Amino acid sequence: MARRDSIMTKPKDTRGTLVRVLAYFKSFVGIMAAVFILCIISNVLSLLGPSLAGRAINAAAAGPGKVDLETVKYYAVRMLLCYGASSILAVLISVTMTAVSRHLMRKMRNDVFHKLTRLPVSFFDKNQAGDIISRVSYDIDVIGTCMAADVTQILTSTVTVAGAFFMMVYISVPLAAVVLFTIPVAVLYTTQMRRITQPRFVMRSKNYGIMNGFVEEMMSGQTTIQAYAYEDNVEEQFREINKNAADGYYDAQYHAVTIGPTMGSINNVSLSIIAILGSLLYMYELITLGDISSFVLYSRKFSGPINEIANIINELFSALAAAERVFNLLDEAEETPDKTGAKTFRDIDGNVRMEHVKFGYEKERTVIRDLSFRAEAGKMVAIVGHTGAGKTTIINLLMRFYDADEGFIFIENEEIRDCTRKSVRGAYAMVLQDTWVFNGTIFDNIAYGKENATMEEVVAAAKAAHIHSFIMRLPDGYQTVISEDGGNISKGQKQLLTIARAMLYDARILILDEATSNVDTATEREIQKAMRKLMAGRTCFVIAHRLSTIEYADWILVLDKGDVVEQGTHRSLMANKGYYYRLYNAQFE
Amino acid sequence: MGFIFSYLKKYIRAITGTMAVKLVGTGMELLIPYVLEHMIDHVVPTKEVRNVLVWGAIMLMLAAIVRFLNVGANRLSVKVARDAAEDIRRDLFHRSLNLSSSQVDKFTLPSIISRMTSDTYNVQNFIQSVQTIGIRAPIMLVGGIFVTLRMDRGLAMILCVTAPIMIAFVVLVSRYGIPLYDTVQKKMDVIVRIMRENITGVRVVKALSREEHEKARFSQANDEAVKSDIRAGITMSLPGPFVSFSLNIGLTAIVWFGAQRVNAGVTEPGVILAFLTYFNMILMGVMGLNRIFMLMSKANASANRIADVVDEEETLSVLPEAEAPRTGEDGYIIFDHVTFRYDPEEGSIKSREKFAGEEREDALSDISFSVKKGGSLGIIGATGSGKSTIVRLLMRFYDPAEGKIFIGGRDVRTYEKDELHRLFGVTLQNDAIFADTIRTNIALGRDISDEEMKTAAKSAQAAEFIANYREGFEHKSEIHGANFSGGQKQRILITRALAARPPILIFDDASSALDYRTDAEVRKAVREEYAGTTEIVIAQRVSSLMGLDEILVLADGKIIGKGTHGELLRTCPEYRDIARSQMGEVG
Repeated sequence: MARRDSIMTKPKDTRGTLVRVLAYFKSFVGIMAAVFILCIISNVLSLLGPSLAGRAINAAAAGPGKVDLETVKYYAVRMLLCYGASSILAVLISVTMTAVSRHLMRKMRNDVFHKLTRLPVSFFDKNQAGDIISRVSYDIDVIGTCMAADVTQILTSTVTVAGAFFMMVYISVPLAAVVLFTIPVAVLYTTQMRRITQPRFVMRSKNYGIMNGFVEEMMSGQTTIQAYAYEDNVEEQFREINKNAADGYYDAQYHAVTIGPTMGSINNVSLSIIAILGSLLYMYELITLGDISSFVLYSRKFSGPINEIANIINELFSALAAAERVFNLLDEAEETPDKTGAKTFRDIDGNVRMEHVKFGYEKERTVIRDLSFRAEAGKMVAIVGHTGAGKTTIINLLMRFYDADEGFIFIENEEIRDCTRKSVRGAYAMVLQDTWVFNGTIFDNIAYGKENATMEEVVAAAKAAHIHSFIMRLPDGYQTVISEDGGNISKGQKQLLTIARAMLYDARILILDEATSNVDTATEREIQKAMRKLMAGRTCFVIAHRLSTIEYADWILVLDKGDVVEQGTHRSLMANKGYYYRLYNAQFE
Repeated sequence: MGFIFSYLKKYIRAITGTMAVKLVGTGMELLIPYVLEHMIDHVVPTKEVRNVLVWGAIMLMLAAIVRFLNVGANRLSVKVARDAAEDIRRDLFHRSLNLSSSQVDKFTLPSIISRMTSDTYNVQNFIQSVQTIGIRAPIMLVGGIFVTLRMDRGLAMILCVTAPIMIAFVVLVSRYGIPLYDTVQKKMDVIVRIMRENITGVRVVKALSREEHEKARFSQANDEAVKSDIRAGITMSLPGPFVSFSLNIGLTAIVWFGAQRVNAGVTEPGVILAFLTYFNMILMGVMGLNRIFMLMSKANASANRIADVVDEEETLSVLPEAEAPRTGEDGYIIFDHVTFRYDPEEGSIKSREKFAGEEREDALSDISFSVKKGGSLGIIGATGSGKSTIVRLLMRFYDPAEGKIFIGGRDVRTYEKDELHRLFGVTLQNDAIFADTIRTNIALGRDISDEEMKTAAKSAQAAEFIANYREGFEHKSEIHGANFSGGQKQRILITRALAARPPILIFDDASSALDYRTDAEVRKAVREEYAGTTEIVIAQRVSSLMGLDEILVLADGKIIGKGTHGELLRTCPEYRDIARSQMGEVG
């Protein structure tokens, strides 16, 4: 909803944003210049039309039998040529601008996406997916539409207004004075109306936003509502919200719908005054009939763009505000680059060591105070603790999703910050609690971590993860496309897929984050067997609630409130009769 | 369209009024250029300044009246649109909220939400526009042609030829161009999808260092979207210049033929001038009609989507006891040979596409069990084995294909929906927490005393963390309970289930995010504080179930084991395996 509100707001740094938007046009400078020139030509040509028409009418005004048809024909042909050329140019301009704006949008979208790949994990932990996505889908659209339509419109309007005014003054100074009077009235009126309607439209959008939010929330809780017979209360609340939305709409539209008729009326008033004054001038032969008709046509051309100015300015500002949001994203701090001369691992055994690591997600709030431990190659380290005790923090540090504030983390004998991120992360295979599959074939999903994986390898991994027979029952087997949210496969099957992916990704260290909690217990048992096969000879970090798994561990880290409170073997921890002891016994109460 | 009109019936008088006012207003607007022509051709030659001023004043008056009438009509139309849209949204919301679960499955949730939001908006837009532009545009067009025909039949023929060509062109291009935008939208959806995948899967992408691969994937989708966007954009940019060009050809033709007719003495020079103005009006008429057609096709599609939901028949109707007789069997909750499959009428072809696994086709088969009043039942089994389905049937979110379900001797189909649901306190999978206070979330419209709420919170082990908030029970939840941890959410839901002391408690995977100790404490407190309540517990953990009177072991929708913890350890090898894998060699 916050986003919807901000649509109407002006950008904070208008000039800076404008400069950056213009920078995007750099590679199109030549084309833009050409468009600019074509635009002027096209509009001047179309401006010549009324003048030519006026001369033709003058020739016709002589009356029956006295019309100089040769002259009329002369001007008519020129009218046609001018209008024709102008229209062709107009098509050319709009095609060019469409193409240019879409290419700029493409570049912006790519820039944003490339930026996303360079942002640290913390950015995604802090920001809502919907908000990030709206920068690409909504904000960039607004910018693109504005560039395609408004930029040409501004060019056209400027040329038209200047040209039409020049022609009107040229035809008749007294009549031009009329326009000079009515136009400011129109401009004043529209700015005034904008002041009145703008806050009401903001209100309207806000009320709609509230309504949409309510509907979404209630419909996704529909089963709960029915289960507790809560429908009548919800409908009662909705009645109020619905009414507010309706009233917000009415309040905004009540004022907005006067603008059209009023602008039309100002034009008609202007036409009436021109008619009176023109008739008088005509009576005293100070002006020709043709001039009056040209003047009327010019005055229409003149007022059109002026009526639009308020709208265009509105759109420009909202486009700039959208651009600023996109640039804000592009300005986010990136992952610090790897050190120069950073090392890459080759042929590691899987010895991992933490020494006096201190870490907090925010500067002032340290969660891990002083953690040291050693995981030797091929050993299994279990990380246990309550929900929210900070078990994923350890994983974040090991894989350099976050960097420790103090202390050292070693793989073999290399401090991981001295090595490239790619090689640190490459040392791990992982199965996270939030299973992640993407819209693609099952084959692609399993083979994701290993480029050029063969069918045999993928099938072997799937078999090891006990998902092969399920896959073979699918209509297209390994070529079955699964959707992003995994709607067509169950949670458990999704989890098995990510396990297969980890199996195929041949890394020396494994991270299993509650890997099997979504799989039914019977299958889990089988997976554990397969896991043990996979774990053999590899260093493993396992996060799990199931103490039976943990009992197999060579070393246990016990976490509470973000920090490691105990560590040791199952036997030594039980003998300690501390936190772990209580946790373990709770299971059988 | 019929659907929209059914909602407009109520406002027929207001609408007729609006249209009449608009009709008069537009008619008068058409007179203005006519007066202009009259002034130049007939008033000016009289050389009387007074006459010029009189006719000028008439023009000014017309302009003022036209504004007055148009503003009035527009405001009336807004009012009607507001009221009709409010009615439609109210009915749609009412119907959506009361859809049965299988109906929600059929429409899908996002689709219902978008019907509620964007579709009603389209319809509202249309209702407003059709009363104003819908009248104005045709009158401009027809009236313009009519007036010009009266002025000069010959010259008017030019309009009669040009206008249809313009209309035809605009309509044709729009018809071809608008579907192009659907394609663009689909390609944009792909872009958004890849973005979303990369955001939700950022750890995986980074862990496997697949950034370059993702960039290439995105870039390709981006290119495709841009390609179809350019195509649609160019197509839709054609009508504007084309219409203005044909207009200008018409203008030239009028000047050319007009001059000849003036020469022949059949028309006057002022007529040419007036024609030029009418030409503009007719152009506006054409553009207006085009807009109305576009709005109409959009509104029509939207109205149909709304009507689909509103007109959806009520299933799961309440049966009289004569049709669904009581059971003589003993037991408070009874499942009698129940078989169920999701989505029976949609045809198995579709469901086979969607759910390749066969388990979806028969979610439950031949399930029978019975629970005594005050007794307890546990259900354990693999994902998709049909555990939650049992609850959904018991609460009558769905009806079984075969077999019967009884509560307190009565067939569940004889209960009024609310009467049935009030028997339960339930935590569902994906249960909702609303953006409201904790108190409201627990009470959910039921009359629950402070005392009861505190007792329930204490039993659910939620009292402590709630008390830690400054506002206590008045602490506000964010949407979807985003400001609570998974464990806190589950404890609020358990409190909600307990608070009204219902005769039946159902916990569907209610404690999966709780650690063993908290889970055990909840179980203990419920046993003590809510003794006498009939309880159904679904869980993956043996430890959550081992104290219950009876446990069902489900596999592929069938019961493969039934008995107490001790009995199952002896008789059911699957159960034994589960227990051993979770608890070591305890059993």
